[in-house]
Amino acid sequence: MKATAAITISAPIETVWDVVSDPERALSFMSGVTRWEIEGDERTGLGARYRMLLRVGSAEMGGLIEIVEWDPPKELAWTSITGVDQRGRWRLRSMAENRTKVEIRLAAGVAGSGVWGWFAERIAQRIVSSHLHTTVRELSRLVEHERMRSQAAVRRAARSAHAG
Amino acid sequence: MAGTGVAGSADRNGHARTDQDGPTDQGVPTDQGVPTDEPRHTDESAGAGGAPSLLRRAAREVAQQVQRRVPRADLDDRDPDFIRERLPLMWLAASLWYRGEVRGLGNIPDDGPVLMVGNHSGGNMTPDTVVFTLAFNTYFGVERAFYQLAHNLVLSMPGLGSLRRFGTVAASPANARRALQAGAALLVYPGGDYEVHRPFWERNRVDFDGRKGFIRLALQEGVPIVPVVSIGGHETALFLSRGEGLARLLALDRLFRLKVLPVSLALPWVLNIGDMLGHIPLPAQITIETLPPIDLKAEFGPEPDVDEIYDHIIRLMQDTLDALAEERRLPVIG
Repeated sequence: MKATAAITISAPIETVWDVVSDPERALSFMSGVTRWEIEGDERTGLGARYRMLLRVGSAEMGGLIEIVEWDPPKELAWTSITGVDQRGRWRLRSMAENRTKVEIRLAAGVAGSGVWGWFAERIAQRIVSSHLHTTVRELSRLVEHERMRSQAAVRRAARSAHAG
Repeated sequence: MAGTGVAGSADRNGHARTDQDGPTDQGVPTDQGVPTDEPRHTDESAGAGGAPSLLRRAAREVAQQVQRRVPRADLDDRDPDFIRERLPLMWLAASLWYRGEVRGLGNIPDDGPVLMVGNHSGGNMTPDTVVFTLAFNTYFGVERAFYQLAHNLVLSMPGLGSLRRFGTVAASPANARRALQAGAALLVYPGGDYEVHRPFWERNRVDFDGRKGFIRLALQEGVPIVPVVSIGGHETALFLSRGEGLARLLALDRLFRLKVLPVSLALPWVLNIGDMLGHIPLPAQITIETLPPIDLKAEFGPEPDVDEIYDHIIRLMQDTLDALAEERRLPVIG
Protein backbone atom coordinates (compact mmCIF):
# COMPACT_ATOMS: atom_id res chain seq x y z
CA MET A 1 0.00 0.00 0.00
CA LYS A 2 1.27 3.40 -0.95
CA ALA A 3 -0.38 6.75 -0.37
CA THR A 4 0.71 10.29 -1.17
CA ALA A 5 -0.58 13.80 -0.72
CA ALA A 6 0.81 17.11 -1.89
CA ILE A 7 0.08 20.80 -1.37
CA THR A 8 1.66 24.15 -2.11
CA ILE A 9 2.19 26.35 0.91
CA SER A 10 2.73 30.11 0.86
CA ALA A 11 5.86 30.08 2.98
CA PRO A 12 9.59 29.68 2.40
CA ILE A 13 10.94 26.16 2.34
CA GLU A 14 12.93 26.61 5.58
CA THR A 15 9.80 27.55 7.50
CA VAL A 16 8.00 24.44 6.31
CA TRP A 17 11.03 22.27 7.01
CA ASP A 18 11.21 23.53 10.59
CA VAL A 19 7.70 22.22 11.18
CA VAL A 20 7.85 18.86 9.42
CA SER A 21 11.24 17.96 10.88
CA ASP A 22 10.26 18.80 14.47
CA PRO A 23 9.21 15.57 16.21
CA GLU A 24 7.44 17.50 18.95
CA ARG A 25 5.04 19.05 16.46
CA ALA A 26 4.03 15.89 14.61
CA LEU A 27 0.98 15.30 16.79
CA SER A 28 -0.31 18.80 16.14
CA PHE A 29 -0.83 18.42 12.40
CA MET A 30 -0.44 14.77 11.38
CA SER A 31 -3.94 13.36 11.04
CA GLY A 32 -4.52 9.93 12.58
CA VAL A 33 -1.17 9.98 14.38
CA THR A 34 -1.72 9.08 18.02
CA ARG A 35 1.92 8.83 19.10
CA TRP A 36 5.21 10.36 17.95
CA GLU A 37 7.79 10.15 20.70
CA ILE A 38 11.54 10.60 20.57
CA GLU A 39 13.33 7.36 21.36
CA GLY A 40 16.97 7.65 22.38
CA ASP A 41 19.31 10.64 22.50
CA GLU A 42 19.02 11.98 18.96
CA ARG A 43 16.15 14.44 18.65
CA THR A 44 16.45 14.98 14.91
CA GLY A 45 18.80 14.16 12.07
CA LEU A 46 20.04 11.00 10.48
CA GLY A 47 19.59 8.04 12.83
CA ALA A 48 17.05 9.73 15.10
CA ARG A 49 14.38 7.29 16.24
CA TYR A 50 10.74 7.80 17.09
CA ARG A 51 8.00 5.62 18.42
CA MET A 52 4.95 6.37 16.29
CA LEU A 53 1.40 5.12 15.80
CA LEU A 54 -1.16 5.85 13.12
CA ARG A 55 -4.82 4.97 13.50
CA VAL A 56 -6.01 2.93 10.53
CA GLY A 57 -9.47 1.43 10.85
CA SER A 58 -9.76 -0.31 14.20
CA ALA A 59 -6.02 -0.55 14.81
CA GLU A 60 -3.21 1.77 15.74
CA MET A 61 -0.26 0.74 13.61
CA GLY A 62 3.36 1.70 13.73
CA GLY A 63 6.30 1.04 15.94
CA LEU A 64 9.88 2.18 16.12
CA ILE A 65 11.00 4.19 13.08
CA GLU A 66 14.39 5.65 12.16
CA ILE A 67 15.32 8.59 9.96
CA VAL A 68 17.34 7.24 7.04
CA GLU A 69 17.52 10.36 4.84
CA TRP A 70 18.06 13.83 6.21
CA ASP A 71 18.76 16.54 3.67
CA PRO A 72 17.50 19.87 5.05
CA PRO A 73 15.40 21.55 3.86
CA LYS A 74 14.39 19.14 1.11
CA GLU A 75 14.20 15.48 2.01
CA LEU A 76 13.33 13.56 5.16
CA ALA A 77 12.69 9.83 4.97
CA TRP A 78 12.15 7.16 7.60
CA THR A 79 11.83 3.43 7.69
CA SER A 80 10.41 1.09 10.31
CA ILE A 81 12.56 -0.88 12.73
CA THR A 82 9.72 -2.73 14.48
CA GLY A 83 6.01 -3.10 13.81
CA VAL A 84 4.33 -3.20 10.42
CA ASP A 85 6.83 -2.47 7.61
CA GLN A 86 6.65 1.13 6.47
CA ARG A 87 8.59 3.81 4.64
CA GLY A 88 7.69 7.46 4.84
CA ARG A 89 9.01 10.61 3.22
CA TRP A 90 8.63 14.37 3.38
CA ARG A 91 9.67 15.96 0.07
CA LEU A 92 9.91 19.75 -0.03
CA ARG A 93 10.71 21.88 -3.07
CA SER A 94 11.14 25.64 -3.29
CA MET A 95 8.90 27.47 -5.76
CA ALA A 96 8.63 31.00 -7.07
CA GLU A 97 7.34 33.79 -4.82
CA ASN A 98 8.50 32.19 -1.60
CA ARG A 99 6.16 29.26 -1.92
CA THR A 100 6.93 25.63 -1.17
CA LYS A 101 5.63 22.42 -2.67
CA VAL A 102 5.23 19.77 0.01
CA GLU A 103 4.64 16.10 -0.56
CA ILE A 104 4.23 13.31 1.99
CA ARG A 105 4.47 9.65 1.02
CA LEU A 106 3.77 6.58 3.07
CA ALA A 107 4.23 2.99 1.97
CA ALA A 108 3.27 0.17 4.31
CA GLY A 109 2.37 -3.46 4.10
CA VAL A 110 2.90 -7.00 5.24
CA ALA A 111 4.91 -9.19 2.91
CA GLY A 112 3.51 -12.68 2.53
CA SER A 113 0.00 -11.88 3.71
CA GLY A 114 -1.58 -13.21 0.52
CA VAL A 115 -4.95 -12.30 -0.90
CA TRP A 116 -6.28 -11.01 2.43
CA GLY A 117 -3.28 -8.72 2.62
CA TRP A 118 -4.00 -7.41 -0.87
CA PHE A 119 -7.62 -6.79 0.05
CA ALA A 120 -6.76 -5.16 3.37
CA GLU A 121 -4.23 -2.90 1.68
CA ARG A 122 -6.82 -1.66 -0.85
CA ILE A 123 -9.00 -0.51 2.02
CA ALA A 124 -6.18 0.75 4.22
CA GLN A 125 -4.86 2.78 1.29
CA ARG A 126 -8.01 4.87 1.19
CA ILE A 127 -7.88 5.52 4.92
CA VAL A 128 -4.18 6.42 4.94
CA SER A 129 -4.59 8.57 1.85
CA SER A 130 -7.34 10.50 3.57
CA HIS A 131 -5.09 10.95 6.64
CA LEU A 132 -2.25 12.27 4.46
CA HIS A 133 -4.49 14.76 2.66
CA THR A 134 -5.75 16.08 5.98
CA THR A 135 -2.14 16.22 7.18
CA VAL A 136 -0.88 18.46 4.37
CA ARG A 137 -3.92 20.71 4.68
CA GLU A 138 -3.32 21.04 8.43
CA LEU A 139 0.38 21.68 7.80
CA SER A 140 -0.46 24.41 5.31
CA ARG A 141 -2.90 26.03 7.73
CA LEU A 142 -0.41 25.84 10.57
CA VAL A 143 2.56 27.25 8.62
CA GLU A 144 0.65 30.01 6.88
CA HIS A 145 -1.07 31.03 10.09
CA GLU A 146 2.20 31.20 12.00
CA ARG A 147 3.84 33.10 9.19
CA MET A 148 1.01 35.64 9.18
CA ARG A 149 1.32 36.10 12.90
CA SER A 150 5.08 36.53 12.83
CA GLN A 151 4.84 39.01 9.95
CA ALA A 152 2.19 40.93 11.85
CA ALA A 153 4.42 40.94 14.91
CA VAL A 154 7.27 42.41 12.83
CA ARG A 155 4.96 45.10 11.44
CA ARG A 156 3.69 45.96 14.92
CA ALA A 157 7.23 46.24 16.23
CA ALA A 158 8.19 48.48 13.29
CA ARG A 159 5.17 50.69 13.87
CA SER A 160 5.82 51.12 17.56
CA ALA A 161 9.53 51.81 16.86
CA HIS A 162 8.49 54.42 14.27
CA ALA A 163 6.03 56.01 16.66
CA GLY A 164 8.61 56.06 19.44
CA MET B 1 -16.00 -14.86 4.85
CA ALA B 2 -16.15 -13.50 8.31
CA GLY B 3 -16.77 -16.89 9.82
CA THR B 4 -13.66 -18.44 8.45
CA GLY B 5 -11.83 -15.21 8.87
CA VAL B 6 -12.39 -15.10 12.54
CA ALA B 7 -11.83 -18.75 13.11
CA GLY B 8 -8.59 -18.72 11.21
CA SER B 9 -7.28 -15.57 12.69
CA ALA B 10 -7.43 -15.76 16.39
CA ASP B 11 -9.30 -17.71 18.91
CA ARG B 12 -12.26 -19.89 19.23
CA ASN B 13 -13.97 -21.21 22.24
CA GLY B 14 -13.88 -20.33 25.92
CA HIS B 15 -10.64 -18.56 25.82
CA ALA B 16 -8.79 -19.17 28.96
CA ARG B 17 -9.61 -19.72 32.49
CA THR B 18 -6.91 -19.30 35.02
CA ASP B 19 -8.89 -21.04 37.62
CA GLN B 20 -6.29 -22.21 40.03
CA ASP B 21 -8.63 -22.78 42.87
CA GLY B 22 -7.33 -25.88 44.41
CA PRO B 23 -7.89 -29.54 43.77
CA THR B 24 -10.69 -29.11 41.24
CA ASP B 25 -7.98 -28.13 38.81
CA GLN B 26 -7.76 -31.86 38.15
CA GLY B 27 -4.07 -31.91 37.28
CA VAL B 28 -4.55 -31.60 33.58
CA PRO B 29 -1.33 -32.88 32.16
CA THR B 30 -0.60 -29.82 30.06
CA ASP B 31 2.99 -29.77 31.17
CA GLN B 32 3.69 -33.39 30.61
CA GLY B 33 1.65 -33.65 27.47
CA VAL B 34 0.62 -37.21 28.23
CA PRO B 35 -2.51 -38.36 29.96
CA THR B 36 -1.45 -39.66 33.30
CA ASP B 37 -4.73 -39.41 35.12
CA GLU B 38 -6.66 -42.03 33.26
CA PRO B 39 -7.75 -43.97 36.36
CA ARG B 40 -9.12 -40.85 37.90
CA HIS B 41 -11.28 -40.25 34.86
CA THR B 42 -12.65 -43.74 35.16
CA ASP B 43 -13.55 -43.16 38.78
CA GLU B 44 -15.15 -39.85 38.07
CA SER B 45 -17.21 -40.90 35.15
CA ALA B 46 -18.37 -43.94 37.03
CA GLY B 47 -19.84 -41.54 39.54
CA ALA B 48 -21.54 -39.44 36.90
CA GLY B 49 -25.14 -40.41 36.96
CA GLY B 50 -27.66 -39.91 34.23
CA ALA B 51 -25.76 -40.62 31.04
CA PRO B 52 -26.21 -44.03 29.47
CA SER B 53 -23.14 -46.19 29.93
CA LEU B 54 -22.40 -46.51 26.22
CA LEU B 55 -22.47 -42.78 25.76
CA ARG B 56 -20.32 -42.42 28.84
CA ARG B 57 -17.76 -44.83 27.50
CA ALA B 58 -17.68 -43.03 24.15
CA ALA B 59 -17.27 -39.70 25.87
CA ARG B 60 -14.45 -41.09 27.98
CA GLU B 61 -12.69 -42.27 24.86
CA VAL B 62 -13.01 -38.84 23.27
CA ALA B 63 -11.80 -37.23 26.47
CA GLN B 64 -8.66 -39.33 26.41
CA GLN B 65 -8.08 -38.40 22.79
CA VAL B 66 -8.46 -34.77 23.70
CA GLN B 67 -6.05 -35.07 26.59
CA ARG B 68 -3.55 -36.65 24.27
CA ARG B 69 -3.97 -33.83 21.79
CA VAL B 70 -3.50 -31.04 24.32
CA PRO B 71 -0.19 -29.69 23.16
CA ARG B 72 2.70 -29.48 25.52
CA ALA B 73 2.87 -25.82 26.40
CA ASP B 74 5.87 -24.38 24.71
CA LEU B 75 6.21 -20.62 24.67
CA ASP B 76 8.64 -21.01 21.80
CA ASP B 77 5.76 -22.03 19.52
CA ARG B 78 4.80 -18.37 19.23
CA ASP B 79 5.86 -17.20 15.79
CA PRO B 80 6.01 -13.40 15.21
CA ASP B 81 6.22 -13.70 11.42
CA PHE B 82 3.16 -15.95 11.37
CA ILE B 83 1.25 -13.38 13.42
CA ARG B 84 2.43 -10.50 11.24
CA GLU B 85 1.22 -12.24 8.09
CA ARG B 86 -2.23 -12.69 9.60
CA LEU B 87 -2.62 -9.11 10.76
CA PRO B 88 -4.32 -7.98 7.51
CA LEU B 89 -7.04 -10.63 7.81
CA MET B 90 -7.58 -9.82 11.46
CA TRP B 91 -7.63 -6.15 10.57
CA LEU B 92 -10.35 -6.74 8.00
CA ALA B 93 -12.46 -8.70 10.49
CA ALA B 94 -11.94 -6.16 13.27
CA SER B 95 -12.37 -3.02 11.16
CA LEU B 96 -15.06 -3.98 8.68
CA TRP B 97 -17.06 -6.69 10.42
CA TYR B 98 -16.90 -5.56 14.03
CA ARG B 99 -16.12 -1.86 13.58
CA GLY B 100 -13.80 -2.43 16.50
CA GLU B 101 -12.36 0.26 18.68
CA VAL B 102 -9.76 -0.34 21.38
CA ARG B 103 -9.14 2.51 23.78
CA GLY B 104 -6.42 3.11 26.31
CA LEU B 105 -3.75 0.71 25.04
CA GLY B 106 -1.27 3.28 26.34
CA ASN B 107 -2.30 2.12 29.83
CA ILE B 108 -0.43 -1.13 29.26
CA PRO B 109 3.17 -0.71 30.48
CA ASP B 110 5.51 -0.35 27.48
CA ASP B 111 7.63 -3.28 28.55
CA GLY B 112 7.91 -5.98 31.17
CA PRO B 113 5.46 -8.67 32.24
CA VAL B 114 1.83 -7.70 32.66
CA LEU B 115 -1.32 -9.67 33.35
CA MET B 116 -4.24 -8.48 31.26
CA VAL B 117 -7.61 -9.61 32.60
CA GLY B 118 -10.65 -9.45 30.37
CA ASN B 119 -14.35 -10.14 30.47
CA HIS B 120 -15.22 -12.71 27.87
CA SER B 121 -18.10 -12.68 25.40
CA GLY B 122 -19.48 -14.10 22.20
CA GLY B 123 -19.47 -17.87 22.64
CA ASN B 124 -16.85 -19.96 20.93
CA MET B 125 -16.07 -17.36 18.26
CA THR B 126 -14.79 -14.90 20.91
CA PRO B 127 -14.89 -11.82 18.68
CA ASP B 128 -13.53 -9.60 21.44
CA THR B 129 -10.30 -11.58 21.40
CA VAL B 130 -9.89 -11.05 17.65
CA VAL B 131 -10.24 -7.29 18.05
CA PHE B 132 -7.97 -7.08 21.08
CA THR B 133 -5.25 -9.40 19.75
CA LEU B 134 -5.04 -7.34 16.57
CA ALA B 135 -4.91 -4.09 18.52
CA PHE B 136 -2.18 -5.35 20.84
CA ASN B 137 -0.05 -6.70 18.01
CA THR B 138 -0.24 -3.56 15.91
CA TYR B 139 0.19 -1.20 18.86
CA PHE B 140 3.23 -2.87 20.38
CA GLY B 141 4.40 -4.74 17.30
CA VAL B 142 4.55 -8.50 16.91
CA GLU B 143 8.04 -8.25 18.39
CA ARG B 144 6.58 -7.98 21.90
CA ALA B 145 5.92 -11.38 23.42
CA PHE B 146 2.18 -11.72 24.00
CA TYR B 147 0.48 -14.92 25.15
CA GLN B 148 -3.14 -15.84 25.71
CA LEU B 149 -4.45 -18.65 27.85
CA ALA B 150 -7.08 -20.86 26.25
CA HIS B 151 -9.20 -23.79 27.20
CA ASN B 152 -7.57 -27.19 26.60
CA LEU B 153 -10.37 -28.12 24.28
CA VAL B 154 -9.62 -25.17 21.99
CA LEU B 155 -6.00 -26.11 21.57
CA SER B 156 -6.78 -29.75 20.94
CA MET B 157 -9.45 -28.96 18.35
CA PRO B 158 -8.43 -30.23 14.91
CA GLY B 159 -7.43 -27.36 12.65
CA LEU B 160 -6.75 -24.95 15.45
CA GLY B 161 -3.16 -25.95 15.99
CA SER B 162 -2.10 -22.64 14.46
CA LEU B 163 -3.34 -20.89 17.58
CA ARG B 164 -0.15 -21.98 19.29
CA ARG B 165 1.81 -19.93 16.80
CA PHE B 166 -0.31 -16.96 17.85
CA GLY B 167 0.96 -17.37 21.39
CA THR B 168 -2.09 -19.22 22.70
CA VAL B 169 -1.20 -21.71 25.42
CA ALA B 170 -3.33 -24.11 27.42
CA ALA B 171 -4.73 -22.52 30.57
CA SER B 172 -2.82 -23.76 33.57
CA PRO B 173 -1.13 -21.96 36.46
CA ALA B 174 2.24 -23.31 35.37
CA ASN B 175 1.91 -21.98 31.84
CA ALA B 176 0.75 -18.61 33.09
CA ARG B 177 3.72 -18.35 35.44
CA ARG B 178 6.12 -19.38 32.72
CA ALA B 179 4.86 -16.68 30.37
CA LEU B 180 5.09 -13.96 33.01
CA GLN B 181 8.53 -15.10 34.13
CA ALA B 182 9.63 -14.79 30.51
CA GLY B 183 8.67 -11.11 30.74
CA ALA B 184 5.69 -11.45 28.42
CA ALA B 185 2.28 -9.83 28.34
CA LEU B 186 -0.39 -12.38 29.20
CA LEU B 187 -4.10 -12.19 28.47
CA VAL B 188 -6.48 -14.24 30.58
CA TYR B 189 -10.24 -14.51 30.80
CA PRO B 190 -10.93 -15.76 34.32
CA GLY B 191 -14.64 -16.18 33.52
CA GLY B 192 -13.67 -18.65 30.78
CA ASP B 193 -16.34 -20.92 29.35
CA TYR B 194 -18.73 -19.96 32.16
CA GLU B 195 -18.76 -16.28 31.28
CA VAL B 196 -18.44 -16.60 27.51
CA HIS B 197 -21.70 -18.56 27.30
CA ARG B 198 -23.79 -16.45 29.69
CA PRO B 199 -27.29 -15.65 28.44
CA PHE B 200 -27.85 -12.64 26.19
CA TRP B 201 -29.70 -10.68 28.88
CA GLU B 202 -26.60 -10.79 31.04
CA ARG B 203 -24.44 -9.48 28.20
CA ASN B 204 -23.38 -6.35 30.04
CA ARG B 205 -22.38 -8.15 33.21
CA VAL B 206 -18.85 -9.08 34.26
CA ASP B 207 -19.05 -12.58 35.73
CA PHE B 208 -15.85 -14.38 36.72
CA ASP B 209 -17.80 -17.00 38.67
CA GLY B 210 -15.68 -16.25 41.72
CA ARG B 211 -12.45 -17.39 40.08
CA LYS B 212 -9.57 -15.66 41.79
CA GLY B 213 -6.58 -17.64 40.55
CA PHE B 214 -5.45 -14.71 38.41
CA ILE B 215 -5.04 -12.53 41.50
CA ARG B 216 -2.83 -15.07 43.27
CA LEU B 217 -0.85 -15.38 40.07
CA ALA B 218 -0.26 -11.62 39.86
CA LEU B 219 0.72 -11.50 43.54
CA GLN B 220 3.15 -14.40 43.28
CA GLU B 221 4.80 -13.02 40.18
CA GLY B 222 4.65 -9.39 41.30
CA VAL B 223 3.16 -8.18 38.04
CA PRO B 224 0.56 -5.46 37.51
CA ILE B 225 -2.99 -6.32 36.46
CA VAL B 226 -4.48 -4.41 33.54
CA PRO B 227 -8.28 -4.87 33.25
CA VAL B 228 -9.55 -5.08 29.69
CA VAL B 229 -13.28 -4.43 29.38
CA SER B 230 -15.13 -5.19 26.19
CA ILE B 231 -18.67 -4.73 24.99
CA GLY B 232 -20.52 -5.94 21.89
CA GLY B 233 -19.09 -9.44 21.62
CA HIS B 234 -22.16 -10.89 23.26
CA GLU B 235 -24.43 -9.37 20.64
CA THR B 236 -23.03 -11.57 17.87
CA ALA B 237 -25.66 -14.28 18.50
CA LEU B 238 -28.66 -14.80 20.73
CA PHE B 239 -27.21 -16.74 23.64
CA LEU B 240 -29.98 -18.48 25.55
CA SER B 241 -28.45 -20.73 28.18
CA ARG B 242 -25.18 -22.10 29.42
CA GLY B 243 -26.76 -25.51 29.54
CA GLU B 244 -25.03 -26.41 32.80
CA GLY B 245 -27.57 -29.12 33.57
CA LEU B 246 -27.02 -30.64 30.15
CA ALA B 247 -23.24 -30.60 30.63
CA ARG B 248 -23.59 -32.33 34.01
CA LEU B 249 -25.95 -34.89 32.55
CA LEU B 250 -23.41 -35.82 29.89
CA ALA B 251 -20.52 -35.69 32.41
CA LEU B 252 -18.74 -33.13 30.25
CA ASP B 253 -17.56 -31.26 33.32
CA ARG B 254 -15.60 -34.25 34.58
CA LEU B 255 -14.32 -35.38 31.23
CA PHE B 256 -13.39 -32.12 29.48
CA ARG B 257 -13.40 -29.45 32.20
CA LEU B 258 -16.47 -28.18 30.38
CA LYS B 259 -19.05 -26.93 32.81
CA VAL B 260 -21.36 -25.79 30.05
CA LEU B 261 -23.10 -27.01 26.92
CA PRO B 262 -24.39 -23.70 25.59
CA VAL B 263 -27.62 -23.25 23.71
CA SER B 264 -28.02 -20.28 21.40
CA LEU B 265 -29.72 -19.03 18.27
CA ALA B 266 -26.93 -18.37 15.79
CA LEU B 267 -26.17 -18.36 12.09
CA PRO B 268 -26.11 -20.57 10.12
CA TRP B 269 -27.47 -23.26 12.45
CA VAL B 270 -30.40 -21.33 13.89
CA LEU B 271 -30.53 -23.55 17.01
CA ASN B 272 -26.93 -24.02 18.06
CA ILE B 273 -26.17 -26.54 20.80
CA GLY B 274 -22.63 -26.80 22.06
CA ASP B 275 -21.21 -24.29 19.59
CA MET B 276 -18.46 -26.79 18.82
CA LEU B 277 -18.43 -25.93 15.13
CA GLY B 278 -18.62 -22.24 15.85
CA HIS B 279 -21.07 -19.99 14.07
CA ILE B 280 -21.18 -16.90 11.89
CA PRO B 281 -21.12 -14.01 14.33
CA LEU B 282 -23.35 -11.02 13.68
CA PRO B 283 -21.38 -7.89 12.83
CA ALA B 284 -21.88 -6.27 16.22
CA GLN B 285 -19.85 -3.20 17.04
CA ILE B 286 -17.14 -4.04 19.55
CA THR B 287 -15.60 -1.49 21.85
CA ILE B 288 -12.79 -2.37 24.23
CA GLU B 289 -11.42 -0.22 27.00
CA THR B 290 -8.06 -0.89 28.60
CA LEU B 291 -7.84 0.44 32.15
CA PRO B 292 -4.77 1.76 34.02
CA PRO B 293 -2.54 -0.91 35.57
CA ILE B 294 -3.18 -1.98 39.16
CA ASP B 295 -0.09 -2.57 41.27
CA LEU B 296 -1.60 -4.94 43.85
CA LYS B 297 1.02 -4.57 46.60
CA ALA B 298 1.07 -0.78 46.27
CA GLU B 299 -2.71 -0.46 46.38
CA PHE B 300 -3.62 -3.22 48.81
CA GLY B 301 -0.57 -3.41 51.09
CA PRO B 302 2.13 -6.04 51.51
CA GLU B 303 -0.35 -8.72 52.71
CA PRO B 304 -3.27 -8.11 50.40
CA ASP B 305 -6.63 -9.79 50.77
CA VAL B 306 -7.48 -11.72 47.61
CA ASP B 307 -11.23 -11.33 48.10
CA GLU B 308 -10.90 -7.58 48.48
CA ILE B 309 -8.86 -7.32 45.29
CA TYR B 310 -11.37 -9.51 43.47
CA ASP B 311 -14.28 -7.32 44.51
CA HIS B 312 -12.34 -4.21 43.55
CA ILE B 313 -11.47 -5.47 40.07
CA ILE B 314 -14.98 -6.74 39.39
CA ARG B 315 -16.46 -3.41 40.50
CA LEU B 316 -13.98 -1.48 38.38
CA MET B 317 -14.68 -3.56 35.30
CA GLN B 318 -18.44 -3.52 35.85
CA ASP B 319 -18.44 0.29 36.18
CA THR B 320 -16.50 0.55 32.92
CA LEU B 321 -18.84 -1.88 31.20
CA ASP B 322 -21.84 0.10 32.45
CA ALA B 323 -20.32 3.28 31.01
CA LEU B 324 -19.67 1.55 27.68
CA ALA B 325 -23.25 0.24 27.69
CA GLU B 326 -24.51 3.78 28.23
CA GLU B 327 -22.81 4.81 25.00
CA ARG B 328 -24.70 2.25 22.96
CA ARG B 329 -28.09 2.96 21.56
CA LEU B 330 -28.92 -0.42 20.04
CA PRO B 331 -27.54 -3.95 20.28
CA VAL B 332 -25.40 -5.07 17.33
CA ILE B 333 -25.60 -1.67 15.63
CA GLY B 334 -23.88 0.04 18.55
